[in-house]
Amino acid sequence: MSELTGANAVLEEEAQKLLSGLSARPQLNNRDRMAVPQQEMPAQPPTERIRNNCEVALGYSPTMARVEAERCIQCANTPCISGCPVAIDIPRFIRAIAEGRERDAIGIIKQSSLLPAVCGRVCPQEVQCMQHCTVGRVKKDRMQSVAIGRLERYVADLEREEFGIATPTVKPATGRKVAVVGSGPASITVAADVRREGHAVTMYEAFHKPGGVLMYGIPEFRLPKDIVEAEIEVLHNMGVQIRTDFVIGRSRQLRDLMHKDGYDAVFIGTGAGLPKFMGIPGENLVGVFSANEYLTRANLMKAYDPAHADTPIRRARKVAVLGGGNVAMDAARTAMRLGAEVVYLVYRRTEEEMPARLEEVHHAREEGIQFCLLQNAKRMLGDAEERLVALECVRYELGEPDASGRRSPVEVPGSEFQLPVDTVIVAIGNESNPLIATTTPEIKTDRYGRILVDERNETSMPGVFAGGDIVLGVATVIEAMGEGRRAAAAINELLAGA
Amino acid sequence: MRVHVPHIAAERKPGQFVILQVDTDFGERIPLTIADADAASGEITLVFQSVGKTTHKLAEMEVGSHIPNLLGPLGRPTEIDKVGTVVCVGGGIGVAPLHPIVQAMKAIGNRIVVIIGARSRDLVIFEEEMRRLADELIVMTDDGSYGRRGLVTEPLLEYCQSETPPDRVIAIGPPVMMKFCAETTRPFAIPTVVSLNTIMVDGTGMCGGCRVNIGGETKFVCVDGPEFDAHLVDFDNMIRRLRAYKDQEDKAHAEFHEHEKCGCRLGGKSHQSEGEQV
Repeated sequence: MSELTGANAVLEEEAQKLLSGLSARPQLNNRDRMAVPQQEMPAQPPTERIRNNCEVALGYSPTMARVEAERCIQCANTPCISGCPVAIDIPRFIRAIAEGRERDAIGIIKQSSLLPAVCGRVCPQEVQCMQHCTVGRVKKDRMQSVAIGRLERYVADLEREEFGIATPTVKPATGRKVAVVGSGPASITVAADVRREGHAVTMYEAFHKPGGVLMYGIPEFRLPKDIVEAEIEVLHNMGVQIRTDFVIGRSRQLRDLMHKDGYDAVFIGTGAGLPKFMGIPGENLVGVFSANEYLTRANLMKAYDPAHADTPIRRARKVAVLGGGNVAMDAARTAMRLGAEVVYLVYRRTEEEMPARLEEVHHAREEGIQFCLLQNAKRMLGDAEERLVALECVRYELGEPDASGRRSPVEVPGSEFQLPVDTVIVAIGNESNPLIATTTPEIKTDRYGRILVDERNETSMPGVFAGGDIVLGVATVIEAMGEGRRAAAAINELLAGA
Repeated sequence: MRVHVPHIAAERKPGQFVILQVDTDFGERIPLTIADADAASGEITLVFQSVGKTTHKLAEMEVGSHIPNLLGPLGRPTEIDKVGTVVCVGGGIGVAPLHPIVQAMKAIGNRIVVIIGARSRDLVIFEEEMRRLADELIVMTDDGSYGRRGLVTEPLLEYCQSETPPDRVIAIGPPVMMKFCAETTRPFAIPTVVSLNTIMVDGTGMCGGCRVNIGGETKFVCVDGPEFDAHLVDFDNMIRRLRAYKDQEDKAHAEFHEHEKCGCRLGGKSHQSEGEQV
């Protein structure tokens, strides 16, 4: 971590005062720990960061990490672990940080999660581990829970930058071969877990770089690409073969992998790569993009760096982003960094219901994204040349609670108005990419195109497993990893028995 | 340009395309249709026109050099079936992707009429290959320097009006040409297929940049196409979407030339390396 300045230096001073206070006591009781305020994460100031593409959150200093770790009361029933999709032994790794045993801390995390530097940054901790944290419950605010994700990130960054990432041990070759289709979080987990058992693993990626959504979707300012590349490097070092520019279903049929190429098992982790559009008039005007396209141009194709990159991206002045999830936040904040004068985020419900991580919502607001809540796009208007000139929206209000108890938004008749914009980015989610299902009818899907799997993540085609967004529809990085872990265990069991 | 890429040469079918990139970190991804392939030698033939920075870099590659990224084959293959007489219209470098389709349509037993259109004689490509396959071949040039002077829609109209109109028309070329081929055959209700080449990033259905209006429905060229019923395509919208990045593309092209000092005509559509075999 670089030297802290301004507001961040104040955070560091306060942390040092707290730490010396804590160290002065012979023993800390729960009341002492509860009295320690949650350590804020140093961040680039908003006015500065909207002019660059560097990471927004800067990570804890060693002092901050130590203080934050001391907030954990090490409760016996460990509710945080049940909130983690891969069941990381959270109290144990936090205690290791508190006791200055950072190497142990990373070792504990890595028993359950392969990508802590990624998950520490992108997991929605407030609805996972932090939601169950006793400290947060006592304070009646899950955002005041122990900052588990920040601590995870702290030790993962230490490992990468100082200790060096250890390559997991690979057992002697078994002569068995496994193909992994896709290279996102689910696939990375499967590749590592299966390779560890000594099976040969080939990973197929359609793009020119592996990493899936971590590379093409999540922006540099939220997840630096060198972190993803370091994780992929671990797979390389383990002996996983990575074949880019290869799309299963077109470059090679899936059944040929099994029947002609001698693979003993296949894992499909192709994600949910088919962008949803609103289905409203004007969506094919020039200036309307899917968030996938906009973010892929900006991230994977590096269009944020026009001095070097050949891929163009729209120089948007007035932008409306449709949606309220992480992808919508990413698109809005990317547009801001690429020089937009104003960015509206149009969302049908209220901020309460936004599926985005709270930290991203907070950062987006700080950066000047204008939230247009309880509004929805109705149509897009163009000029004679079919260039977008305005977005027509309509206002919503919250109606009576529905069966689930949630008040669903209802349109206010006659409340239409126009936002003058030259760019609209549609970020309302993805559907399943149909390529594998349409070219391999043996693999059964549901009516949304999601691949059907059993409790071991095996598909209707024997020896073929699937996990992540292609099974769940919409999942977080860590949920995809959880799926991958289960599928890998089943594959390892299958190959051990065979 | 011939490229050694055995898995694509083995898997590709007529009508499919590839996406390539000349620089892994900063290059753009561009779609190119496959003009020919030989599974035995593992080679595919790509024909492209040097109109921007990436195609210029590609044209400058020497024999034996390596294209860092080449993905394919992509898109749905052409429907190959025996229908009777098929008129195949190719404009400019659109003749190249038409070539494997003509091969397959001929092999299945259709009578083939090929109409090649080009601005002038030196821009006519694949003439010999087409002459070998076609039962009848017509070459049209804008300036009359070769074949008949005029547009491809003229002989196409004559065929439609004849005693034995075609059972199917396949047209591949510049968007405006495809649009007018569609308008030519529409009154005769002759099934007409066009192959669209829109802006794409991934080519696997993920970005949606290639979307087009087909009979009021939005379709993705990369996974639903590239071939569509010409009478349903909203060509005007497609042409406008194709121009979305024109300013930036022209600027990149101009800057490239300032550095490379290439002798081509800037901003023009034509370039001498068109159809050049590397």
